[in-house]
Amino acid sequence: MSEPVIKCENVYKIFGANAEKMLKDSNGNVDAKTFQENGCIVGVNNASFEVSKGEMLVVMGLSGSGKSTLLRCISRLTDATGGKIFIEGQDLLQLNNKDLIDLRRNKMGMVFQSFALLPHKTVVENIAFPLQIKGVKTEDSISKAMDMVKLVGLDGRENYFPRELSGGQQQRVGIARSLAVEPDIWFLDEPFSALDPLIRKEMQDEFLRLQEKLQKTIMFITHDFDEALKLADRIAIMKDGIIEQLDTPANIVLNPATEYVRKFTEEVPREKVLLIEDIMDKTKDNLGDLKVSKDEIIENVAEKILTQEKSVAVIDNDNNIIGSINPAKIINTVFGGRKNNI
Amino acid sequence: MEFFKKYPKTFQWLFLLVVFFALCFAIEVPETYKFIRGQAEFVKDPNQSSYVFLGKEVRYYAFDVFWRLPPLLGWLPIWINDSLFFLMNEWMPIEVWNEDTQEYKSRPLVLQISRNITAFMTFLIQLIREVLLGGLETIVAFTSWDWIDKNPWAELPGLPWTIVAAGAALLSYKLSGKGLALFAGLTMVYISIFGQWKPSMQTLSFILVAAPLSFIFGLGLGIAAFKSKRVEKALYPILLVMQTMPQYAVLVPALVLFGVGDHAAVIITMVVAVPPMILLTILGLRAVPPEVIEAGRMSGCNNFQLMFKVLIPTARRDILIGVNQVIMVCFSMAVISAFIGAKGLGFNLLLALNQLNIGLALEAGLCISLIAILLDKMSLAWANKQEDYFGNLTFFERNKNLLFFAATVVIGLILAYIGTFLFKDTFNYLFEIPHNKGISTADFWNKGVDWIFETFFVYIKAFNTWLIQEVLQPMRALYLRMPAIATIVLVVGAGYLIGGIRSALVVCGLTLFIALSPWWDRALVTTYMATFGVIVSCTIGFTVGTLCFQNKHSANFMLGVCDIFQTFPSFVYLIPVMMLFGITDTSVLIAVIVYATIPATRYTIEGLRSVPAGLHDAATMSGVNKFQRLTKIEFPLAFPHMMLGINQTIVFALFMVIIGAFIGTEDLGQYILKALSDKKGAGIGLTLGICVAFIALIFDNLIRAYVQKRKKHLGID
Repeated sequence: MSEPVIKCENVYKIFGANAEKMLKDSNGNVDAKTFQENGCIVGVNNASFEVSKGEMLVVMGLSGSGKSTLLRCISRLTDATGGKIFIEGQDLLQLNNKDLIDLRRNKMGMVFQSFALLPHKTVVENIAFPLQIKGVKTEDSISKAMDMVKLVGLDGRENYFPRELSGGQQQRVGIARSLAVEPDIWFLDEPFSALDPLIRKEMQDEFLRLQEKLQKTIMFITHDFDEALKLADRIAIMKDGIIEQLDTPANIVLNPATEYVRKFTEEVPREKVLLIEDIMDKTKDNLGDLKVSKDEIIENVAEKILTQEKSVAVIDNDNNIIGSINPAKIINTVFGGRKNNI
Repeated sequence: MEFFKKYPKTFQWLFLLVVFFALCFAIEVPETYKFIRGQAEFVKDPNQSSYVFLGKEVRYYAFDVFWRLPPLLGWLPIWINDSLFFLMNEWMPIEVWNEDTQEYKSRPLVLQISRNITAFMTFLIQLIREVLLGGLETIVAFTSWDWIDKNPWAELPGLPWTIVAAGAALLSYKLSGKGLALFAGLTMVYISIFGQWKPSMQTLSFILVAAPLSFIFGLGLGIAAFKSKRVEKALYPILLVMQTMPQYAVLVPALVLFGVGDHAAVIITMVVAVPPMILLTILGLRAVPPEVIEAGRMSGCNNFQLMFKVLIPTARRDILIGVNQVIMVCFSMAVISAFIGAKGLGFNLLLALNQLNIGLALEAGLCISLIAILLDKMSLAWANKQEDYFGNLTFFERNKNLLFFAATVVIGLILAYIGTFLFKDTFNYLFEIPHNKGISTADFWNKGVDWIFETFFVYIKAFNTWLIQEVLQPMRALYLRMPAIATIVLVVGAGYLIGGIRSALVVCGLTLFIALSPWWDRALVTTYMATFGVIVSCTIGFTVGTLCFQNKHSANFMLGVCDIFQTFPSFVYLIPVMMLFGITDTSVLIAVIVYATIPATRYTIEGLRSVPAGLHDAATMSGVNKFQRLTKIEFPLAFPHMMLGINQTIVFALFMVIIGAFIGTEDLGQYILKALSDKKGAGIGLTLGICVAFIALIFDNLIRAYVQKRKKHLGID
């Protein structure tokens, strides 16, 4: 595999007067309590991970867990107190101001929870803003912005002011603005948290559609575990600045690493999250006639499988049988004891 | 004992009061003490004591230290004066080329700088004045008098009043709508018909120079303070003092530095108008949501782009509210600057008041008030205006207002031309109505005033006498009876109980400054007048505010009235009271009360309004009646905000008391007025101004500390 797009090594962010000195003295063993007694607050505690090209990493955590702080370290809106961050192999913390601005103008886009649109500019001017900042000519930037308007489905409203739009529409503008410079890396900071549940679902689907088309490298922040499961390639669950577990959605649901993570997975409807592949057996004997793809979500094929008496064959994309699944397993997964692993 | 444990604060306050009164009774009034008029005038008198500090001799009447502190700061005004004199006349002479005599001349640096600034300001004011009224001097500035003599046609003609009136109406229409346009048009027509055109335009030109300059400086300093904590920390105390310093007092040093006239007035207006602009700029920039700033950064803005393309446009409204403030301060300064010779409406008003021609004063005052309301409404409309999108407009629709204006210019010019035939022998009334050649209602008002005096003189006089003899004199005597040490103990103790040791120290410093200045007695008189005004104002304000709050429409109406009254320059309030009560302390106090009631009323209504609707509903569901709701829910919650209203009331009252010196009071204000006509008055005027500002700041500090604590306690912010 090629070099990861984002790479973090032991990143710390500690707020407070003499945070740096304290971090040095602690030798990498940061205890939030002792820091707090000395007037420092630990935002991010020893975060190490990689995000590869085209991957979507969702960082999930409750408020105050440090997820937004982590994102701001990686976009360098705040400077990390310790550790190393590499963007496509470039050491982010060593960049000077000019290079940092260059990086943001060409490689990064960011969407914000409260939309953060400029109230004095119209939809199309807002979207063209990063281009104009970069120095693109006005007509070019506007025509490019119009493409973006169409991409997020706001045609006909390009000359509205943000205050004349609904929350969902405003966030579409935010998304379009962050994509205007065609960045490789896309940061989204709780982009749908301020929206109503129905609009939120609509926007999530829209977002998945966009990502399928654009294949960006994404860091997505959310406090909604269901949203994380729905969107993520991998999920990082944070608590008190520490990444508790970083894994695929299925693995997190099936094998929660800590008690904290397990609490989140308890209420999750597994049939909606897990794929056939996640629960299939490797045995290939005693198969019936029915075949299901390994990439199906359980919910979609459960009814078919439950009507069978024999085990059902699981096939991969090339139609090879790679395992089997029996109806009992489905019942066990959906209704079975949640506390024990299946 | 139980009681004390339960209410420790009450006990502490009681203890403080006991100590205060004990001190008051323990310290006798010295036999030689009487409220001596000439106390701070450094007359040689064998009975006086004296000391020498920094080479300055200070003479004063010595009393027991507990009774009155010696004026250890007495050298300060003299020293300021001498330093200013030294700066202006001796420090760093430089060689300057003199055009007229064709030779180099030696001149001190500061004097030269002030001359250059003065010349620049004079040029700007002249330019705008001549655009509005016509004249020669701008063209002369670029050429010479000789050239003008040879080319008699070269003269700025000035705009006919019809064009200015139509322009004002069109601008109002664009900013707000028909209502304001109508008001603007009528105001301009009124001004013109009643012969106040020339002074009005003079005042306007003054504002057109002072306001933009103040805006630029204020914005710049505001940005600097926003970006650097250090700059903010350095600016903050200056801003505080400037906001509470009577505008009067600032005039005095300006006299010394820049002389008499419009230019000095513009410069000093900027000194007064810049602080609110700075504060509102900082406030506006702070209020920009952090995510918007981050969005700007992530769009790749550098610092400059972030400031001018993201922060300032987002903070547009707050910054434009700052512009509104700047314009209003400029306007009120334009009136007061008449004292240092600025031309315009203020000058006419001052003249009329000096001649006791109430009718003329009333006319000028009405003009001032109308223009103030107009400027206020226009700048507010600008701040609140939001751009709308109207699809693809045609050329005509997009430039509608410009085209209309061009049309009015043409029509105005034609009218003015026709006027030259119509009014061949008199003035061209369609071009410009000269000062005092319009319709005048002065006689009518003068007769009215005479009638009021003849009819009600007995009652007014009786009221006057009663108020002065039964209320004011005893109160004043009580204030003067306080030994200095007792006052300091009371104020510092209150500071400690309300805001802790920090507050106590700040308050102690401020009080000591006044106590050690030569004007402690005068400051007491000022405080007594302000106290009387504040008590009456707050009583009226709270009552009216509470009553009006009961009904939504009356509350809105009252806020509107407050808005309008607040736009009037404070000086205007003196006209009607002089009309009714003549030249007495009562007049001043009534002006103080009227002026200071505005914030008391406004903050009461606003405070009551800020009580959350949910609480309102919860109280109603608990079955309270209207009165219970008011006393148990609304008052306690609105109280912190109402306290801020008292704070404003105090500042307003102090301003008015000082300006009241014009009518003749015996307090600090009178000395400031005196300093205005004194060559060596700069130091005295400045120190006096600082004294007044410090009185306001003592109360400000106490009230703010209390409000902060209370708000924290109630969990509202």
